Amino acid sequence: MTDSSPPVDEETESDPGAIPEADVETLHGSAVTCSNDQTVLHPSKDGYHDLVEALKDDGYGVCIDLCGADYLGNETRSLPLTILPERFELVTNLLDVHDSRRIRIRVQIAEADPSVTTITDLHPGAEAMEREAQDMFGLVFEGHPDPSPILLPDDWQGHPLRKDFSMGRIPVQFKAVDGR
Amino acid sequence: MTTLDHLRNRDAVLRMSEKEAEERASVVDPDDERMIINMGPQHPSTHGVLRVTMELQGETVLRSKPVIGYLHTGMEKTAEDLTYLQGPTNVTRMDYAAPLFTELTFSLAVEALLEVEIPDRATWIRMLMCELNRMSSHLLFLATNGMDLGAVGMMIYGWREREEVLRFFEKVTGLRMNHNYIRPGGVAADLPDGWREDIQNILQVLPERLEQFDVLMTGQPIWRERTQGIGVITTEEALALGATGPILRSTGLAWDLRRAMPYLAYDQVDFDIVVGTYGDTFDRYAIRLNEIRESMRIVEQCIEMMPEGPYRTEDRKVTPPPRARIDESMEALIHHFKIFTEGFKVPPGEVYTAVESPRGELGCYLISDGGPKPQRMHIRAPSFVNLQTLPHMIHGGLLADAIAVISSIDPIMGEVDR
Repeated sequence: MTDSSPPVDEETESDPGAIPEADVETLHGSAVTCSNDQTVLHPSKDGYHDLVEALKDDGYGVCIDLCGADYLGNETRSLPLTILPERFELVTNLLDVHDSRRIRIRVQIAEADPSVTTITDLHPGAEAMEREAQDMFGLVFEGHPDPSPILLPDDWQGHPLRKDFSMGRIPVQFKAVDGR
Repeated sequence: MTTLDHLRNRDAVLRMSEKEAEERASVVDPDDERMIINMGPQHPSTHGVLRVTMELQGETVLRSKPVIGYLHTGMEKTAEDLTYLQGPTNVTRMDYAAPLFTELTFSLAVEALLEVEIPDRATWIRMLMCELNRMSSHLLFLATNGMDLGAVGMMIYGWREREEVLRFFEKVTGLRMNHNYIRPGGVAADLPDGWREDIQNILQVLPERLEQFDVLMTGQPIWRERTQGIGVITTEEALALGATGPILRSTGLAWDLRRAMPYLAYDQVDFDIVVGTYGDTFDRYAIRLNEIRESMRIVEQCIEMMPEGPYRTEDRKVTPPPRARIDESMEALIHHFKIFTEGFKVPPGEVYTAVESPRGELGCYLISDGGPKPQRMHIRAPSFVNLQTLPHMIHGGLLADAIAVISSIDPIMGEVDR
């Protein structure tokens, strides 16, 4: 609703690097979809960092939001045909403050290998958000400068926002302070 | 040198685990006279439970790191267990100084997925209430900011003025905080009789009080000494760190979602975006003070332009039937029961909505799997992201100035930790 990204066609035309594949629109080599009037890109996990870098050169200079998502048990997700669905998704929202537009990146991340390259070298502001995604979903950000827990206690076991981490199953893990 | 290199080379962030920081706490290193101290989480100037680990050399702050999570209660997990109608009761507790904004961004996200249009009156009531909330939130900032910097009298005045606004909120929503007033489909109740007079009274008192604040703080030499040139940040640094709201505007960039990507009916009202010049603590204070004046302008226009009509959508899928219908129709009773027990179903999809809260961009990323509860609800909390600017702002400054800078970020810990 609040999104005012320009139509996808315009961007694809103005970008010489985009190679249109059969029926799937692309931008910087990643499939483009439209979700509730918002532009969404679907890069491969390996192409994620390069895509963020290319978009930064296009003007998307602010990483405004970054979060994980767990699609376990959700059969309703719609993805472009070229993208293989995985359990986890990393969702990055980028913002261009000069042209007032947004773009969203959804990266598929497999449960067996939940690692992805950090974008903190491009957007230092993603640091806290990546740490949160690491706490909540167990995603591993390779090259992150400070991959310590941010919201959870240092000795916390498990990743609370995963769908198989049910509420009330594990007793609260806070411990008494030693020596008091 | 690019901003990124600059941020990296400055070495302002203390990369140290909490355990190591605790072990090394308050021990002076004999070689370079450096010392780690832990400020908070019970420090009165940390606005709740913020802990800052700082590396000091004498009284100079070198590296630092905000340590958060003391108020983490898993609200995003809780949201997955609440229906869309119950959702606002949860999110409203995040930013407890400006609860209506979180309700608003959540409701906008649900409505975007539902593709429900809300009536004009609901839009304008939302705008009116949000601007009043922006005023009360900034008044709270003025109170705590004054207290942190030694203008203790200011604390009493700020709370007093905020109370006027909260009294109106209580009349409209039934609660002073955590209102659950803005809901998917509209607002919970129409404005009560006499609302115009109540707001007029607030608008009449406030300008004079704001001028008193100017005398008490803005023009006062001690206040200026403590805030001018302290905690400076540039536009490029703020953008790289994802900072929004008064922190970004203090650097001179007029970025306000109400103007840049208008939602509700902000494209139909006149207001100015307040910007600073130097990106220092004083600019951030002055921006918030003057944003109260701008919000008052918007509230005045809302009173004039408030349309008549329903205050929530007529779409029976989202809105329960009117009370009178329940007495005469069995179907209406069943319908009412179903909406409140089972909830309404939202079509599958994902959406990100953002509003300009008093602290910056407040976003909601919502994923629906077609059921009555969200599959994932993520709140992009401005305080959480803005707090990353703290090490860069206090680097090289005095410890006493760090208090001023923390205060000028205006973090609300409920929103930081969620």
